[in-house]
Amino acid sequence: MEPIISVLVGVLMAATVYLMLSRNFVRFIFGLALLSHAANLVIFASGGMTRARPPLIAAGESQPLSDVSNAVPQALMLTAIVISFSLLTFALVLAFRTFQELETVDTDRMRAAEPSPEGAGDEARERAVD
Amino acid sequence: MTGPPYVRLAVALPALLFVWFCTMIPAVSAGEILVWELAWLPQLGIDLDFVVDGLSLLFALLITGIGAFVFLFAGVYMRGYPQRGRFTLFLVSFMLAMLGLVLADNLIALFVFWELTTITSFLLIGYSHENATARRAALQGLLVTGAGALAMLAGFVVLGQAAGTFSLREMLASDPATFADHPRYTAIVVLVLLGAFTKSAQFPFHFWLPNAMAAPTPVSAYLHSATMVKAGVFLLTRLTPLLGGTQLWMETLTVVGAVTAVYAAFVSLGRSDLKQVLAYTTVMALGTCVLFLGSSPVPGPGEVSRGVLAALAFLVAHALYKAALFLVAGTIEKATGTRDLARLGGLWRAMPVTFAAAVAASVSMAGVPYSVGFLGKELLYTVGFAPDTPAWLPWAAFLAAAPVATIAIVLACQPFLGPRPEYPKPGREGHWALWCGPVVLGALGIYWGLAPEFPFLRLLVPAETAVLGQALVSDPGHAPWHSTGEALALTLATLGVAGLGFRMRGAVAEALAGLRRWIPLSGDRAYDAAMDGIAGAAVWQTRRLQSGVQRHYLLIVFATLGLSLAVTLWIKDVFPGPVRWTEAALLEWSLAALVAAASIVIIRSRSRLLCICALGVVGVSTALIFLLFGAPDVAMTQLTVETLVTVIVAIVLLKLPNFSNEVWPSGPARLGNAFVAVTVGIGVTLLMLAVTASPPQPDLQEYFERTAVPGGQGRNIVNVILVDFRALDTMGEITVLAIAGAAVFAMLLPGPRRRKDAPLPGPGGIMDTVILRETTRRLVPLILIFSVFLLLRGHEQPGGGFVGGLVASIALSLYAFVFGPQATRGILRVDPRAVGAVGLAVAIASGFIGSIRGAAPFLTGQWGTLAGLKIGTPVMFDVGVYLVVIGVVMTFVIRIKEQ
Repeated sequence: MEPIISVLVGVLMAATVYLMLSRNFVRFIFGLALLSHAANLVIFASGGMTRARPPLIAAGESQPLSDVSNAVPQALMLTAIVISFSLLTFALVLAFRTFQELETVDTDRMRAAEPSPEGAGDEARERAVD
Repeated sequence: MTGPPYVRLAVALPALLFVWFCTMIPAVSAGEILVWELAWLPQLGIDLDFVVDGLSLLFALLITGIGAFVFLFAGVYMRGYPQRGRFTLFLVSFMLAMLGLVLADNLIALFVFWELTTITSFLLIGYSHENATARRAALQGLLVTGAGALAMLAGFVVLGQAAGTFSLREMLASDPATFADHPRYTAIVVLVLLGAFTKSAQFPFHFWLPNAMAAPTPVSAYLHSATMVKAGVFLLTRLTPLLGGTQLWMETLTVVGAVTAVYAAFVSLGRSDLKQVLAYTTVMALGTCVLFLGSSPVPGPGEVSRGVLAALAFLVAHALYKAALFLVAGTIEKATGTRDLARLGGLWRAMPVTFAAAVAASVSMAGVPYSVGFLGKELLYTVGFAPDTPAWLPWAAFLAAAPVATIAIVLACQPFLGPRPEYPKPGREGHWALWCGPVVLGALGIYWGLAPEFPFLRLLVPAETAVLGQALVSDPGHAPWHSTGEALALTLATLGVAGLGFRMRGAVAEALAGLRRWIPLSGDRAYDAAMDGIAGAAVWQTRRLQSGVQRHYLLIVFATLGLSLAVTLWIKDVFPGPVRWTEAALLEWSLAALVAAASIVIIRSRSRLLCICALGVVGVSTALIFLLFGAPDVAMTQLTVETLVTVIVAIVLLKLPNFSNEVWPSGPARLGNAFVAVTVGIGVTLLMLAVTASPPQPDLQEYFERTAVPGGQGRNIVNVILVDFRALDTMGEITVLAIAGAAVFAMLLPGPRRRKDAPLPGPGGIMDTVILRETTRRLVPLILIFSVFLLLRGHEQPGGGFVGGLVASIALSLYAFVFGPQATRGILRVDPRAVGAVGLAVAIASGFIGSIRGAAPFLTGQWGTLAGLKIGTPVMFDVGVYLVVIGVVMTFVIRIKEQ
């Protein structure tokens, strides 16, 4: 299974990079969501993937009787999922507020913090850079 | 002497130290070496051992003796300057650092003190920090000497490795030949010389010293003439037996010293600012010391070995007369309001004491017979004419000495004789503290010339002995008045030429000014060019890398990631071996294909709704993968999160513009982006294949499986790890969660910059159908109860605080959708932020229970039974997690809905 996951992570990463490099903040957020899926799959695959039983211990036993899946990456992923959820929400709200202030989701036009040195003519400059 | 009490105390410190060092003269001149040992970093061979031998005592006496007069002078001179406490602190710090520098036995400790003098020098040059010239000069001194010191540190490290010790005493005790033959000898010498030459202002690094005259005059007298700039000479003297004697050493020192001395001497003739003149003659003196240190092959008795003694004698003479003259310059400036030689004159009647001191110091500076300056110059010339010495050496010394002797005459005559011009200030003799130092130092320069036995036998010869390991006193020519015919003749010639130069000083200055135009380069301009170059490079790379456009930054980040992945995989040669594709079943292939297809939809689709659905497909498919491979906890969490994400993304995206007017980057840019994206993707895939090719270490997995029940009292290992074994981690994560909630809350506060007229596309209303309302009313309590069930069973079965909290949040979000945010606040009773805060408090409190009960570390699980029920702090911790999740998610949802 790991080879498939490896390819899948690669696909997700490529999609993430491409989305984050689009000029649209909304696409960027979709990229962010895919990135956290890719990261979780990386952790999961690194811990070894087998179609084993869940890491539970039967009542009355002190250890799992049969082979169970690795609990360590699962614990890491659990928190990672919740954290990436809050990050995604944060980014969404940021996009929302940015749109309220700047009336655009085009990242090339978000120049409030770092205005282009030439001042006006952002559009022309952009064409030159591209 | 006036001023705040600390100023008086500051004068007492060098004076007392001076007396203390004086009490060591008898023992040290008898050959004793006094040592104070202090362990600092013995593991690294770095100790704070202080050694008083002949050389360090000589320097310590100069530092404290001249220091006492400078402090006394500064007490009056600095009147009217702001922040005198700060000034005094810097000056005292400098003195102590300088003492540490000359007394330290360990090279690393020496470096630390060396840099402390650099820093205090920086602070003192830039003392008038509102003055741009002073700031520039301070920074220049810091950068030039600091850069040199870093080279020197590297040299020290190599030297220490070569010697096997950083202790100077131990190095000097070993066979010196071992260093000259060491394969890294050249590196050591070059690096150490860089440090010494920058500190002692040798050509071409000399330019910072004249600029340092921006400092208040006491600082110039003390740091930039009498003591700190001599640190380089001190170091060269100290290391002469270790590194000296080779062709490289001798040629470098003599050439650099000679160029510095002659160049600075002639430049000084063309200056009219008193302090500039004194600065350039200081550079000349330092060059002369370096020149003669280089003329001395070691070890071995004989004429040429006297280079060390001659250099030290000249150094002492210089320290005396130059400190006196600097203080005289300060006194004159204080009295008249100017220090421009061209505007000074006729002061002898009004300032007779200062005049006398200036004459005494100038006599020594010119090297008139029966002064200390004469003694020093005699020794120099004698060494110059010794056999085995390059024939040009005495003539270089002569060429440097003659202009300086001219300057000496100028300094004694120009301000005091001739007609008296109008001055901005009264031009009268000042406070006794101002002229006291010049008088004593000037008189000492004459007295020691008349009675040289004490300084010679008690100070200089012990210093030479400390350096070379042997005294040359037995040598019959080695006496204060030992002059050979040639040396005396050259001394008299120097004076003659100086007199001639004084008569024709106008013509000389003109000739020099003409010459100056022919020299295109100066160190100062090179420094400016270097600084401009650095700034220019910074501007250039900032322009290139920081366009201010988000995707350009990201492109650089991702391109770097792709490149480093490629390079790492290539260099480490971890290209994965044959991959067993066939092991996977059809189900797994189809899930992977589903995720890949959904990703492409997200990239390509122009419909927001389709994108949201595709994102959901990715989330649910990964959840299924987790479920297939034995991770029910993760799968449950993923599913619930996916539900919430879909909901929240849908709410927010409705408030943002759709994709119909979307602008993508231009075609070529998009192609470049795609290339970087594919590179990163392939790189990550290869990396993953390489990583997963070998099975993971089972230790951690087995440890948790073994200890979950006895140590964590739980049967769901994932949950036990989360709330017990690695609870501190989880604690951090829920804190991050809470901070994200607070940030979202803050962002959604109605701020002053918010535009009221901003168009908000899409409906933000309430879904209002009877069926939905009635279903929701009955379903929400059930889901909430289920969430508590999930929370409580988490320790034994799949479930826990995270998933429980998420399920409860789904229920409450549904309620918010149907009945509006206000109604949801109603059933929560408190603000969702309060729920999160309480959750965090509960989690933290659960961590302290163990600490209180059994002095266990924070977040150690504690278990007990209450009314037949097994309870423990990890469960309480999980309740905290549950509440934090609810609080944060509901803050998001309610705040967004309220917009």
